[in-house]
Amino acid sequence: MIAFLASIGAAFLAFLAAAGRLAMFAGQALGTGLTPPYYPRMILRQIVYVGYFSLPVVGLTALFTGMVLALQSYTGFARFNAEGAIATVVVLSVTRELGPVIAGLMVAGRVGAAMAAEIGTMRVTDQIDALSTLSTDPLRYLVLPRLLAGLLTLPALVFVADIIGVFGGFLVGTYKLNFNPATFLTQTEQYLATMDVVSGLVKAAVFGFIVALMGCYQGYYSQGGAEGVGQATTHAVVSASILILLSDYFLTQAFFT
Amino acid sequence: MSGASAPVPKIAVKGLEKSFGEKRVLDGVMIDVAAGESLVIIGGSGTGKSVLIKCILGLMRPEAGSIRIDGEESIGIGRTARETLMRRFGMLFQGSALFDSLRVWENVAFGLIQGRGMARQQAHEIALTKLAAVGLGPEIGDLSPSELSGGMQKRVALARAVAAEPEILFFDEPTTGLDPIMADVINRLIVDLVRGLGVTAISITHDMTSARKIADRIAMLHKGGIIWQGATAEIDKTDNPFVDQFVHGRAEGPIEMEVRAA
Repeated sequence: MIAFLASIGAAFLAFLAAAGRLAMFAGQALGTGLTPPYYPRMILRQIVYVGYFSLPVVGLTALFTGMVLALQSYTGFARFNAEGAIATVVVLSVTRELGPVIAGLMVAGRVGAAMAAEIGTMRVTDQIDALSTLSTDPLRYLVLPRLLAGLLTLPALVFVADIIGVFGGFLVGTYKLNFNPATFLTQTEQYLATMDVVSGLVKAAVFGFIVALMGCYQGYYSQGGAEGVGQATTHAVVSASILILLSDYFLTQAFFT
Repeated sequence: MSGASAPVPKIAVKGLEKSFGEKRVLDGVMIDVAAGESLVIIGGSGTGKSVLIKCILGLMRPEAGSIRIDGEESIGIGRTARETLMRRFGMLFQGSALFDSLRVWENVAFGLIQGRGMARQQAHEIALTKLAAVGLGPEIGDLSPSELSGGMQKRVALARAVAAEPEILFFDEPTTGLDPIMADVINRLIVDLVRGLGVTAISITHDMTSARKIADRIAMLHKGGIIWQGATAEIDKTDNPFVDQFVHGRAEGPIEMEVRAA
């Protein structure tokens, strides 16, 4: 019985230690941003990589999310003659919830994994130590630009995804379910509040930060060659995805209750 | 540090201890390196040679002991002081550790551009002279590191290590994995650079040919401590059985190889 309790305690302590390490890592990396030198070239490169090159993937998933949302709610809502709410359901779901979450998860798979693999490889081939010996702080040069890129570009990405998602709903609504386009657009706009979109964009910023942080953290502390880098990549994606869904709940609670 | 007569060593390591989990890798290492001297540390694989120079470089933090550079303690100094100290170091990594996302000349110029804020144009010129010094033409500068052979990568890494003209150079297994001729090329480059720039050098290797060529003095690391040190010529005269076994590469002797991982 004692052994059982001890194992629970040990797991909890290990969890706290990991959370502490992560927080210190994030704090140190962000702290390097308070003083020069800055590496604008690196930040720009990451913004292009995280934002621009994720656009096709995120756009495509957003389009189909909007489409399937319209289709699903039609078949569901038709049972109690509430088809008129479809436009509103699509726009609220996409802006408040599905846009940021789906973009966050897609970017975790695409960008978080790449960050962990790249930084992890740099770690196991001594390139991170080489940075230090060339008087360049690896946190400042590698990690900070990625954190900033995640934080800044995901809201922009989600804003575009919102538009594409709503457009997907509109396409299905008008072409397949034969709604009047003008009515559908009016209904889309009718109940949409600024807060719906803004809360989604704030979520996006948090998710972007989480994805970049987990990618960098797992990569930075990876060890043991190719296998270690592989594990770091897996951990980066899994932990980022879990943290996105957890923080999504708490952010929603903070915004709307 | 005992008086005016004895010059302060460039690097003075005392009582250095470092463990990984249960395994104590460095157990009270003590070694001095004089200014302008080339010290080679020999020892079997896994005896903590790399850990020792990583501690001196400040890439790892030892649990106990002191590392003085020009008489000043370097363990536990702040981030800024560490960065200033790093400018005086150059390091050649075992696997070269070139940045594969950058071109060759950008690798060589990295410390100048990112570390010291030099203009790219000027750093490019310096990078090309440094590449020429290791026998690589300017056309190599625009290639990516993955397009080069192992020997060429090593030379680029050497050029990168010396580009910012450091006072102290570290070489981690400079000849490992190279054919004997390329190994000799690298050895000569190291000797030329060390003598030419008048820098202090610490190299670690288990290649005795290389050690004899580049060392002024040789020290042997075994079981976490320096068990022998002396001028290069003395290594063949010593009656220390550990050194004798290592130098002649015999499987039988006082050094028992850990065949199974501990």
